[in-house]
Amino acid sequence: MNTFLFAVVPYLAVVIAVVGGIARYRWDRFSYSSQSSQFLESRKLFWGSIAWHYGVLAVLGAHVLALMFWDAWGKMLSGPTRLYSFEVAGLALSWLAFGGLAFLLWRRLSDSRVRTVTSPMDWVLLVLLLGQVGLGIWMALGYRWGSDWYLHTIVPWIHSLFALNPKIGYVTALPDVVKAHAVLGFFLMALFPFTRLVHVVTVPITYLWRPYQVYLWNRRASRQ
Amino acid sequence: MDIRAQVSMVFHLDKCIGCHTCSIACKNIWTDRKGSEYMWWNNVETKPGTGYPTQWEDQQKYRGGWEREGEGKLSLKLQGRGRALGNIFANPYLPTIDDYYEPWTYDFDELFNAPEGDDQPTARPVSMITGEPIDIEAGPNWDDDLGGSTIYAANDPNLEGLSSDERAELNELERMVFFYLPRICNHCANPGCVAACPAGAIHKRGEDGIVLLNQEKCRAWRMCISGCPYKKTYYNWATGKSEKCILCYPRLESGHAPACFHSCVGRIRYLGLVLYDAAAIKDVAARPDEELVEAQRAMIKDPFDPEIIELAQANGITPDQIKAAQDSPVYKFVKVWKLALPLHAEFRTLPMLFYVPPMLPVLATLKNGRYDVDGANKNGGTEATGLPSISNLEQSRVPLRYMANLFSAGNEAIVAEVYRKLNAVRVHMRQQKVGNIPESEVAEALGAAGITADEAEAIFRLTAMPTFQERFVIPPLLRDQAFEAQLGDPFTQKREGGFGFRAAPERRW
Ligand code: SF4
Ligand code: SF4
Repeated sequence: MNTFLFAVVPYLAVVIAVVGGIARYRWDRFSYSSQSSQFLESRKLFWGSIAWHYGVLAVLGAHVLALMFWDAWGKMLSGPTRLYSFEVAGLALSWLAFGGLAFLLWRRLSDSRVRTVTSPMDWVLLVLLLGQVGLGIWMALGYRWGSDWYLHTIVPWIHSLFALNPKIGYVTALPDVVKAHAVLGFFLMALFPFTRLVHVVTVPITYLWRPYQVYLWNRRASRQ
Repeated sequence: MDIRAQVSMVFHLDKCIGCHTCSIACKNIWTDRKGSEYMWWNNVETKPGTGYPTQWEDQQKYRGGWEREGEGKLSLKLQGRGRALGNIFANPYLPTIDDYYEPWTYDFDELFNAPEGDDQPTARPVSMITGEPIDIEAGPNWDDDLGGSTIYAANDPNLEGLSSDERAELNELERMVFFYLPRICNHCANPGCVAACPAGAIHKRGEDGIVLLNQEKCRAWRMCISGCPYKKTYYNWATGKSEKCILCYPRLESGHAPACFHSCVGRIRYLGLVLYDAAAIKDVAARPDEELVEAQRAMIKDPFDPEIIELAQANGITPDQIKAAQDSPVYKFVKVWKLALPLHAEFRTLPMLFYVPPMLPVLATLKNGRYDVDGANKNGGTEATGLPSISNLEQSRVPLRYMANLFSAGNEAIVAEVYRKLNAVRVHMRQQKVGNIPESEVAEALGAAGITADEAEAIFRLTAMPTFQERFVIPPLLRDQAFEAQLGDPFTQKREGGFGFRAAPERRW
């Protein structure tokens, strides 16, 4: 069971995400976005969406940074004050994300206009994401100093996954909450191509440098 | 100079009868789909009024268009590039459906299927979004013909700069006055919608300047809706894509006038090509307010000038198109006669739809049971008939200031010049047809307007009795090339998502 969850599921998830993501872009580009409902309800969306996105981006960013620069991360957290402030900041941001998402879920449930533009997949995704952030907060409260022990458990495990030599020993002994958080994380990754989550890879970063005006010509390659 | 061709338009407001035929023609072709019920790519609003969406002209609220930042510098009023990405999770300036209206239908089934009872069954209004019964609180043209004018007309943003006396006069029963303002996308030369779209999903067609929004590239970041100061991109809440007027390009490419033009009952609409200097766009759009109209006129070039023709040809504009530009009624109205003005030039998107402002009715008061028009004798009014045959600018019921706010970025001299010309044409033609105006007064009117009798006649002809071919000089739009560019996908057809889809644009996830 553990082998399946921690040595097979991650690979499956990545393959599904990549293949599925490309396939959807290839064959269903029209829906490759998050269907905005702001036009139907704007005020609640503002609070929920801003809190959720900035909260989750920060927390997710911390996960990834620690994964990539574990050494520096470890040094950064050496010393009780730093560790303590980091834990607090992380927890606060998680609560921000959780609150925002819960608010968004309530918005979709209570506003009949928004409900009409909510697909079954949207409901599934909202609930799963809320569960995932909830598990994270539970961990942070129940098993302190995660920003540190993460480096000695999950990080080496994921590194071993990258090296195509899964060492599940790093995680099998962890509490169930932590395991659930990890597995659900990969499950969400696998779900990515089938939900509105696809919008994360369409962030229009090119807007920062493209010319304001766009011209298209029938027979010229130029966009000027 | 970088000479480009633009399919451009003129609406002659004196002729608009406010029948909304244009709106219906457009709706039946393009926006009769789920999610687009509330959209009117062509809408006709009553002025003074707040329009559609309500108060769209108030850019403090909606943040459309460009802002001048000193000499030659422009920035999007909405936000800078970095902030655009920061605001992507919630656009703080997005209008919501309530700024337009919630589309509804009626529960007609009830009329047939209601159980027997003491009361007549009724068809209740139900929302086309939720399907639930609603109270109708707004609709398209809710303030048509000054309906609810104390709420709507009184809050028209163009009343800025009018004295409270002038405002009160506009509200007096005997003096009430209004006109219609039909609006479509202006297919601007410096479009705010294109510039605001983070995904780059909107583009201007190089060959003819039509601004199109690619449904496959749109990712629902909804910045275009804010970026367009005319609120002419619309968010389809069902497909999660923005849509806009396509100037009926499939019709244009096959030589037909756009549906709203073709069906216009008042025949107020003109369409033709103009040649303009694209290299000047940045400079023109950044001029101070009072210079904007003049600068935009100067940007449009003379299609008879050999130098311009040469530059145009070097840019791939065909001789047929140059011929079309020479015959263009738009060129005449905008550049030769200088009668047609851009709507809200101060938004700085360089709109390529121009309006001939409506003649201003003269101010009259009721005296002894008949209208007494002060100044009727001035400028050609006649002693003999006593009729207010001529508008007198000082006596106009819609203050010039109002018109200047609409059509010349506040520059009253420009609208006054237009009115002197329209007036001269009227005086001249009255003298020709009725003959009850002394020659001297005609000469005075023509002199004040700076036009000759021949010009007055030409203006009259193109205004009052143009043929279909004179109103719509549709250039060859190189459709063969357009097809080539799309090879492999020529069988585009209209589906639920609009034109250009071979598969139904469904969202399955
Ligand atoms: S009027 Fe049309 S072209 Fe101009 S900014 Fe608005 S949508 Fe774009
Ligand atoms: S069809 Fe012509 S006359 Fe009628 S409202 Fe439209 S623009 Fe005006």
